[in-house]
Amino acid sequence: MGLALVLALIVAPEDADQGISQRIFYIHVPIALTAYFCFGLGAVKALLLLWRGDERYDLESYVAIHQGTIFGALTLITGAIWAKASWGVWWTWSSNQLVLFLVLFLFYCAYFMLRYSLEDGPRRARSSAVYALFGVALIPVSFLAIRLAEDFIHPTVFTRDGPQMSGTMFATFVVSWGAVTLLAYVLYRVELAGKRLDADLRELREALQ
Amino acid sequence: MSWSQEELVAAAYGVVFVFVLVYVAIIATKLARLQRETAELVDLARARGSSDQAPDYAASVPAAREGEIGAS
Repeated sequence: MGLALVLALIVAPEDADQGISQRIFYIHVPIALTAYFCFGLGAVKALLLLWRGDERYDLESYVAIHQGTIFGALTLITGAIWAKASWGVWWTWSSNQLVLFLVLFLFYCAYFMLRYSLEDGPRRARSSAVYALFGVALIPVSFLAIRLAEDFIHPTVFTRDGPQMSGTMFATFVVSWGAVTLLAYVLYRVELAGKRLDADLRELREALQ
Repeated sequence: MSWSQEELVAAAYGVVFVFVLVYVAIIATKLARLQRETAELVDLARARGSSDQAPDYAASVPAAREGEIGAS
């Protein structure tokens, strides 16, 4: 993360069009891609739960979606700051890309409402898994909306001709993406370990009392 | 309120930093709670272990003594 910060804030050259505000790109885009990945991972774990019936996938799916929601919130916040710097507004409802990402984020926020409205057990695990699988359909819609948008407000940097940036900028982006992915992985493992330990302790307490 | 470009870049990175910091603080709090609960359960298990052993010990002592008496 330290290397990514040094590259993004000091080493990477300033963008000719956007100036210094383009440096938000190095944190905003990796966080958005990580949010998509976490939601996708949550759906894969949900599918495994429904397919194999192994209860451990329920907790893994939940933690992945929780991480996705955190990174989704960060995507919206850093995106709003970048929008203020580039467009002069914090938010615009006329841009489908922004609204679709907000819909995706709110959809997964509702996942927690559904999950905690049901009693702990196989029924809750299966209902949460089905909901997580429905949500995954929104990911390609949200992702492709940025590419298929007609208003061209949201910039498209990666085209079929390759990344539309200099080598240093691309290297900075790759390092930042790697750092954010690593951060997400560490947070995922730590939260999962904490949840499993919590469940084990609860079971042990019930056995002892 | 007008924000300069530099302030907005600092705000974007600052928000991410604060989020990670808050997350780590929450995890640290949870870890402290889990450590406390583990210690409580260890105490509970030890107390139960000693109370389970006590009747066995009490029961075994007269039998052993009787054995000793019988042997002598």
